[in-house]
Amino acid sequence: MKMPKMILAVIEQREGKIKKSALEVASTAAKLASTCGCGVAAVVPAASVEGVEEIAKCGVGKITVLADPGFVNYSTSGYAKAIVEFAKNAGADTLILSGTALGKDLAPAAAAGLDAAIVSDAIVLEDVNGELTAVRPVFAGKALQKVVAKSANKVFTLRPNVFPVVESPVAASVETVSVAGADLTTVATEIKKAGGKLDVAEANIIVSGGRGLKESGNFHMVEELAEVLGAAVGASRAVVDAGWRPHSEQVGQTGKTVTPTLYIACGISGAIQHLAGMASSKYIVAINKDKDAPIFNVADYGIVGDVFEVLPALKEELKKVI
Amino acid sequence: MKIAVCVSNVPDTATKIKIAAGGKEIDKAGVSFIVNPYDEFAIEEAVRTKEKFGGETVVISVGEDSNKEIMRKALAMGIDSGVLLKTADPLDSNAVATLLADEIKSGGYDIVFMGKQSVDYDSSVVGQLTAAKAGLNCVTVCVSLNIENGTITAEREIEGGREVIKSALPAVITAQKGLNDPRYPNLKGIMDAKRKPLAEKPVSAPAPLVEVVEMSLPAPKAAGRIVGTDASAVAELVRLLREEAKVI
Repeated sequence: MKMPKMILAVIEQREGKIKKSALEVASTAAKLASTCGCGVAAVVPAASVEGVEEIAKCGVGKITVLADPGFVNYSTSGYAKAIVEFAKNAGADTLILSGTALGKDLAPAAAAGLDAAIVSDAIVLEDVNGELTAVRPVFAGKALQKVVAKSANKVFTLRPNVFPVVESPVAASVETVSVAGADLTTVATEIKKAGGKLDVAEANIIVSGGRGLKESGNFHMVEELAEVLGAAVGASRAVVDAGWRPHSEQVGQTGKTVTPTLYIACGISGAIQHLAGMASSKYIVAINKDKDAPIFNVADYGIVGDVFEVLPALKEELKKVI
Repeated sequence: MKIAVCVSNVPDTATKIKIAAGGKEIDKAGVSFIVNPYDEFAIEEAVRTKEKFGGETVVISVGEDSNKEIMRKALAMGIDSGVLLKTADPLDSNAVATLLADEIKSGGYDIVFMGKQSVDYDSSVVGQLTAAKAGLNCVTVCVSLNIENGTITAEREIEGGREVIKSALPAVITAQKGLNDPRYPNLKGIMDAKRKPLAEKPVSAPAPLVEVVEMSLPAPKAAGRIVGTDASAVAELVRLLREEAKVI
């Protein structure tokens, strides 16, 4: 069987709330099920969760909460086993997850339990001549791979922020099933938030800084611009390696690959490793005093100028309109 | 403690990727290969784990003779010996994980380190797949690790912070940048590495489960617009972002 018999959307919640990326998964699963003429359902591993009707608004009505008090935080072993068992019983042969920190950890564990091929980080997932075909960036986006899974069961993860959330409401039928003997061998016991900062992987707008800022103490200019825009702060590898910024902010081949709506690169020359991580942003603004900097090759809008003059002026101009 | 570290051979991150004739893989001509950057954190953690608990460390890699160069780097950083699972078969993540899991099971390892992803095909799945196939626990994307009496307390990076994970040996740990500061091999290490045992085991890989239909380069971006050359350009930039791009 090349085409799916039944698609299972695996829904991620954090602290009992459904993630936006999970609605991207539900919308994609609903669309594919309708194209392929197959069944579709959603599972939510959770201790308790609110807002599951959001999933039905995206076109997946049959929703099962796989509940265990131990699922208040993420558990690789617990979530994977519960999902595998559910998929087997429901006859689901195609699983879709979001490629978040949780999804990237869970998807291969579930795939192993289902002897499924796993295709991660899809940016396109569609029916091509009766076979689900994915396109995924490789070499941090320097190339694209079009792939098909040859096994009976298949697991896909979708790159967050790429697939649309589509409103196509259906009636919700929500069932909560207690997981018998949840396996909490590997389990999160605590979440340490980094000061409530917005993460580059989840942000719509990113303001990134590089060597052009000259020293760590000047990075506040990037942070202030980000604050005005409600944006996340990103950094080039050079400034992370220099210890100015934490690795969690690094964008590029050995950092995070990001696809925000707007990426503002400040004093970043655009080494090939950095471009790989951000070139697929929808709009790119570059501010750099070197007119030959490679960042201008991917920028939609550029200012060839001194970041120390342009950033404060840009911040003030934005304050007028936002 | 019996400690393994799995390493892969990837094109230097500064490589400009070209597609080979046939359109399914990259053109390797002129490409220099390096140890996968995330594997360096895994190697360092393996060496430190031995320094703390004693035992032995083994570097494992799947592929051809060319992988020996990166395995020697691991030996130079302090790993005791190496096993090359030698095959010229086409490999996908499932095949690599199957071969690694067989070797890990037969070797009776307590802990297995590897990078959180290889920076070539970027799948980030081999850690979990290997653990599942070998019947081990797994913690991915670790930025801190503590082992006490067989209990693992690790921190993994998640959106906007970290989560603290409890698990138990035997386990696979995948390393994120920040887990440690990898040492540079010194001259003595490099000389010693030449004499350390590096065994070859011929293996045959299971057929790939994921088939590559096509590989291509992303469409080049249309040339952008230089809005200005100093701070006076910001008003026009903000106007474009609002009215043309409609992103703010």
